[in-house]
Amino acid sequence: MAKQVTIDAKGMHYTPLNQQIRKAIEDGIDEIVVDNVLGQRFIGNGLRGNTIIRVNGVAGGDLAMFMSGPTVIVSGNAEHAPGNTMDSGKVVIHGSAGDAVAHSMRGGKVFVRGDIGYRGGIHMKQYETQRPILVVGGSAQTFLGEYMAGGLLLVLGLDGVMKAREIGSGIHGGEIVIRGDVDEACLAAGAKKLPLTDEDRARIAPVIREFAADFGLDPEPLVNADYTRIVPASARPFAGKYTWE
Amino acid sequence: MSSNLGSMPLRYRISIDREQCMECGRCVENCPYGVFRWDGERILINSRKCTACHRCIAYCPRDAIMLQEHPCDYRSHPVWTRGVRESIYNQARTGKIILAGMGSVANLPIIFDQLMLDACQVTTPPTDPLREPVELRTYLGKKPSKLEFRQKPNGDVELSTELTPNLMLETPIMLGHMSYGAISLNAHVAMARAARETGTYMGTGEGGLHPGLYPYQDRMIVQVASGRFGVNVDYLERGAAIELKLGQGAKPGIGGHLTGEKVSADVSRTRMIPQGSDAISPAPHHDIYGIEDLPQLVNSVKEATERKKPVFAKIAAVNNNAENVAAVARSGVDAIAIDGFRGGTGAAPRVFRDHVGIPIEVAISTADQELRNQGLRNEVSLIACGSIRESTDVVKAIALGADAVYIGTAALAAMGCRVCGNCYQGLCSWGIATQRPDLVARLDPDVASKQIANLIHAWTLEITELMGAAGINSIESLRGNRDRLRGYMLDEGLLDILDVKSVGA
Amino acid sequence: MCGIFGVMDKRRQMMDGSGIREALSMMNERGSGEGAGYVAYGIYPDYRDCYALHVFFDKACESKAVIDATLEQWGTIEHDEAIPTCDQPGLRVNCTPWRYFFRPDASLAPGSATPEKDVVTNLVMQINAGANGAEVVSSGKNVGVFKSGGAGSWPEAVADYYRIQDYEGYIWLAHNRYATNRPELWERPDPFNLHDWSVVENGKTTTYGANRRYVESFGYNCSTGTDSEVIAYLIDLLVRKHGLDINLAIRALAPPYWDEIDRMPEAEQNLNRALRFAYGSATMNGPFTVVAANPDMMVGFTDRGKLRPMVVGECGDRLYIASEETAIRAMEPNVESIARPAAGEPVIGRVAP
Repeated sequence: MAKQVTIDAKGMHYTPLNQQIRKAIEDGIDEIVVDNVLGQRFIGNGLRGNTIIRVNGVAGGDLAMFMSGPTVIVSGNAEHAPGNTMDSGKVVIHGSAGDAVAHSMRGGKVFVRGDIGYRGGIHMKQYETQRPILVVGGSAQTFLGEYMAGGLLLVLGLDGVMKAREIGSGIHGGEIVIRGDVDEACLAAGAKKLPLTDEDRARIAPVIREFAADFGLDPEPLVNADYTRIVPASARPFAGKYTWE
Repeated sequence: MSSNLGSMPLRYRISIDREQCMECGRCVENCPYGVFRWDGERILINSRKCTACHRCIAYCPRDAIMLQEHPCDYRSHPVWTRGVRESIYNQARTGKIILAGMGSVANLPIIFDQLMLDACQVTTPPTDPLREPVELRTYLGKKPSKLEFRQKPNGDVELSTELTPNLMLETPIMLGHMSYGAISLNAHVAMARAARETGTYMGTGEGGLHPGLYPYQDRMIVQVASGRFGVNVDYLERGAAIELKLGQGAKPGIGGHLTGEKVSADVSRTRMIPQGSDAISPAPHHDIYGIEDLPQLVNSVKEATERKKPVFAKIAAVNNNAENVAAVARSGVDAIAIDGFRGGTGAAPRVFRDHVGIPIEVAISTADQELRNQGLRNEVSLIACGSIRESTDVVKAIALGADAVYIGTAALAAMGCRVCGNCYQGLCSWGIATQRPDLVARLDPDVASKQIANLIHAWTLEITELMGAAGINSIESLRGNRDRLRGYMLDEGLLDILDVKSVGA
Repeated sequence: MCGIFGVMDKRRQMMDGSGIREALSMMNERGSGEGAGYVAYGIYPDYRDCYALHVFFDKACESKAVIDATLEQWGTIEHDEAIPTCDQPGLRVNCTPWRYFFRPDASLAPGSATPEKDVVTNLVMQINAGANGAEVVSSGKNVGVFKSGGAGSWPEAVADYYRIQDYEGYIWLAHNRYATNRPELWERPDPFNLHDWSVVENGKTTTYGANRRYVESFGYNCSTGTDSEVIAYLIDLLVRKHGLDINLAIRALAPPYWDEIDRMPEAEQNLNRALRFAYGSATMNGPFTVVAANPDMMVGFTDRGKLRPMVVGECGDRLYIASEETAIRAMEPNVESIARPAAGEPVIGRVAP
């Protein structure tokens, strides 16, 4: 039987809270429920293993930073940079999240049901089998996928208009897939639009299905919708800028 | 479209004394730039390709090769210098930003050289370091400003202040951050072995940690830069300390990038990015857009490593250095490395390298004073870097207020680097700033580590002699002891900033 | 090369200054006749609750009014008068020694655990930093410094100038100076005093600059450029402000070598490491022997390399610390024990409560 433990985080500073979570993982707990979370930072930070951490409340900044394995499920919103420099594992946020979501993420998944702030997926990068995935149910803000160097960034736009401009500024790897059409004027220099091929759709379909399952959505309309795919115009966006002394 | 500028005058001319030359061909083998080639029995020279790396000269068994810099004169002009004119020709041809290797070449006065050290004569005796201890042991990290005690039930008093982790150095000289990718694995291994042998630490730079360095991880300060290359929890846990790179003296305010050509299979594995792709480090950390974000990153790194390791931050020395340092000191970091404008680099835009930033001597002075003014001096250690060239620079930096120094170029020079400044070509003939396997193989880590260790050892001996002569037997008594410095031909404003008296005073 | 001398009576039995004068003059070979000084505790029983401020006026007619006004801002002057003096042949007098018996207004240092001492500290820093022709040379309760510098300032002349045989104290420190710097300034020779603490030093630290920058970051202001001034402030800071026991304060100023610390049991290692961590900038280096006193104790310690001499004598209730044994025997021919403590072994004598 799966071992579960509940921690009441009410009024607790993040250091003892994270120590308790770490201790629970060391003790072989499979599921840790953290109640009354209100802004405690760094939950899941640097943790390994495959524990499930349920965060009830609003998660503070750098949720699951450097995390390598566990699944963190947040019932509410998350602040600045969830999934920052994350290695593997999964973050599921039922609300919305702040700026720089999935910053420099190199593997695993971050699913946000609501909106994300500015610079979502900034400098995500991939290496061999490690391929980070950020899926946003709602809208993303400007500078989406800035400096992006790898992975998949998918925006479903379930709740209306997509707000992002300057999409893919400095992108030199990976792909940004946005449901519906994206105005050329919203693309930054260095990014280009491509139609979604059947091959592309086959690649993203399992991700959409997983997202839909996590949030109780009907996957098929999403799988079959129209998407715009945005990729780097060049893997060397700055190559033409410099000469040598 | 070609230009009408024709070719530039030769930068260097290589000549061979044909009477001395025995046509052994070592120059042909050694030069990776293609200066020498065989034409039948004769060695031909193409001086235009020469970088002044001196490899041919060093390995010519007959001292037959001679190098001349600027063999062709321009009309001399104090304003329109050769450098200015050649930059114009370059940019007129290309329309691009000029990148250059190594540190600043701006011909500005070096403050270190105008600071004189003190020695004891009759009012106090010098200490003879051969016979009496002179302690160089240095701890880097937070220190308590005040100690707290508690009374035990039996009446004894015991310390209740908990010390936070510090790095213990046997000498105040560390090997600075130069990434794997910018320099070769053999160079990194040599530095790591030297760090272990001399009881100090080395920086990984921002390129991750190659498995070949795992045996030395207890001597490594792992760097987290804006690109987060090679950064994961495993990397953080391996390091003895973690350094957040916020800026670099050679190019304050901008990021950097390792060109795709240098991202070999091994480099790509260490950096965790695809082979051949540019490794771009943005100017800021994208999770630090305001100063209050810095403590968040510091604490995030500390939480991930269970607060077991000191966390450093490195910043470039710029105008409001004192304010920057005071701000960083409040973020929870344990040490701040300040990189002066003469700091080295594999590649930086020429305009940044030569024109942005302030000297390390001034930056350390203002940092130390501001931290004292704000009661924060024990919150952080200060590491001076950016053109520490010899042991006297170390002593002067510490007397101005540093706890320790990082050396970079000096360590490379100890491995053979001739400061030719062509690191960006990736063809370093000494096997240092290259990933080409045949060139890397030229650098034997056993030999090179011994040379670096020798350098650190020699400087350490000189520092103990200088301290002994000044009657100081522990390094903390030198730290911030500006009374033991005098400024020679420094202007009043600078003396005031440095808080140093003039010679004779 | 200076000579220092200290004597304390553990049961507060009074000693007049004549014996101290004899003791100090036994070490005239160590001085250059350009500075000597004495400090004694217990000399002002009639004003025991007032802070006795000994002030040197360059020109009393110009400066006194300024100082009077400053003191009135910070508290109440109970009484003031010229310090009685008696001109000595050859002793060049260039200032007017004055004394105030002063009650600081504690309400001016709200929140302080030691408000009166904070007020007095601020006053001393303010007056000594200002170009006002006045220097406060001692500022404690029931204590006073008597010193002079420049030509003719041999211990006997200084003692006779101030008539120190007329004063009775239970702790006396004295200093016989070999001048190296600005010999003519009367405020420069030891002893140096800040309210409770008085200091005499033989030697010259190599860390004046580092120590000065350290204490100045806590609001002290070093105006004389002498080691003893910095040492007095360091001790006041460590003991009064940081709450260190005197033993630990001395250990912070002259800590053991790291090699010694590495060999200590763990708890002691931690303590000593913490002291060196916290007080690295307070550590004194170079040759010194320091004798310091406050109303309750007299302490002596040397640099950790033991570059300067320190002789300790005991006789009945009397504890003596001096540069040379001869000084002790001059005052106490029948001294019962003589010891020469090792570096890192402070001598701490406490007055019976």
